[in-house]
Amino acid sequence: MDAAVPLPRESITTRVLRPQRRRALTGAAFAAPATILLALIHVVPIFVLFALSATDYELGAIATRAVGLANYERAFADPAFRRSLANTFLYVAIVLPASVLLGLLVALLVHARTRSRSLYEVIYFLPVTSTLIAMATVWQFVLHPTLGPVAAVLRAFDRATPSFLTEPALVLPTLAFIGIWQLVGFNMVLFLAGLSTIPRDLYEAAALDGAAGAVDRFLRVTWPMLGPTTMFVTVTSAITAFKVFDTVAVLTQGGPMGASSVVLYAIYLEAFQYFHLGYAAALTVIFLAFVIVFALAQAFAFDRRVHYA
Amino acid sequence: MRPGRLLAQLAAHAVLVAGGVAMVLPFWWMLLTAFRPAEEIFTGGIALFPERFHGLANFEQALTSAPLLRFMLNGVIVCAGILVVQLAVAIPAAYALAKLPFTGTRLLFGCVVGAIAIPIQVPALPLYLAFAELRLLNTYFALMFPFFLSVFAIFLLRQVFKQYPDEIIQAARLDGAGEFEIVWRFVVPAAAPAIAAFSIFSIVAHWNDLYWPLIVITETRLAPPPLGMLFFRDAETGSNYGALMAGATMITAPLVLAFLVARRRFIQGITMTGLK
Repeated sequence: MDAAVPLPRESITTRVLRPQRRRALTGAAFAAPATILLALIHVVPIFVLFALSATDYELGAIATRAVGLANYERAFADPAFRRSLANTFLYVAIVLPASVLLGLLVALLVHARTRSRSLYEVIYFLPVTSTLIAMATVWQFVLHPTLGPVAAVLRAFDRATPSFLTEPALVLPTLAFIGIWQLVGFNMVLFLAGLSTIPRDLYEAAALDGAAGAVDRFLRVTWPMLGPTTMFVTVTSAITAFKVFDTVAVLTQGGPMGASSVVLYAIYLEAFQYFHLGYAAALTVIFLAFVIVFALAQAFAFDRRVHYA
Repeated sequence: MRPGRLLAQLAAHAVLVAGGVAMVLPFWWMLLTAFRPAEEIFTGGIALFPERFHGLANFEQALTSAPLLRFMLNGVIVCAGILVVQLAVAIPAAYALAKLPFTGTRLLFGCVVGAIAIPIQVPALPLYLAFAELRLLNTYFALMFPFFLSVFAIFLLRQVFKQYPDEIIQAARLDGAGEFEIVWRFVVPAAAPAIAAFSIFSIVAHWNDLYWPLIVITETRLAPPPLGMLFFRDAETGSNYGALMAGATMITAPLVLAFLVARRRFIQGITMTGLK
């Protein structure tokens, strides 16, 4: 629809043809650095990745064999990798609904404010801009079993503070909580953008139709009109949550006993700590397959968002 | 105001304030601890302000136990280097895709769109092998190279450039301006808001990135802020929370302050992508 804009017939005369061709050459030259980098950074590595995933290549190994799909079979039979997949999905299952619904709730409340709106916006967006590695360290201290404010509050109620980051049952929910903390403000802004596109007269029309009260207005107008935004926010949050890595790398290193191991951390360990590169390549391909599914969903959602806006 | 309405407003503020406390909690605790003396950290419990203001002693200690300023300088170098090359590569490419159709336009654009969704973790392994082979691990170049091409920048700027009126370009051509001149003198200034928004997105993303630096950098002196923070944590074995929080404050401060100054632009820049 864009590249091959047909030229009007009459303009193709010898006089115009030459600048036309020169322009095409200029275009190719302008795009050349990007094309070369695209090949070096994206295209070639993906082919290498697929090739590696069919070998037993290890850094420093003497011989390397082709092993076909053995790495993939191994991955799906590997309890450690299966665990990290399950953990990742559990993490997504907590972060996704919480960050989308809280983002929506905050956006609805903030949208109705007039004077305090920008103050709330700043407060909720603050975690988005901050460096997660540093803030994860701070959270660890906030949740410290004896020195943190959470412990102080629980002490006041005569309750013991669990060790949030070393207890197997609590570690993933705790990491998910930090993930939600970072994502709510981001989702709020996307929802605010969606809310600002809903025409005022729709609410007036709904009122004439007998919609009374905030809940009625929300169900009849806001929610349906926000549909595309909600879908977009959902897919985006799913991708972000699926790629969880930083908090795990800083706070738990997948522990205790693999209770917080996630896909990217498992890949990182296999590739860059154990140097099982062939196996890690297969894990990366599996990760890529999930990413592509999410990306297709996102492209679909993005299209709809643009269409409605 | 009707009492019901007032009540609803109060309820809304109550919910927002409660959530806001959770949002601000770690920032407040970080600052509080960074300015507290050690004994107060261990016994002081919850307070709004330190009882005894410890001045910058924790910051001094953080700076002597880890090269935090060096980490931040690395962050500036890496972010600036990446951004400059990203723009230098993406602007001409986006202009070519928008206004200078050539053979392969569709193929290139298809690859650009396809690559948008691919995170760094996918090509990381082959790229690591290439850098190891070329003996380029532990260099600024290795830190920056995978990000020199921002397919997202090309995609975004192509959209923006397409809106630029063809008549002005034609007029400039008739005046004898070359395409290079047209791009930098006319089209780029008109796209300044989009370029600014993208720049913020890029800087925030690369200042905060951990995965790739963790792979290619093992030398402390080359670490960007997040990796530096990781080294710093390991060096500060456990107990010196004052220095640790002072370090976290320094590493978080630049982006947070910039956000508070340029609030609108930041929100626009970070959320326009829908990526995080």
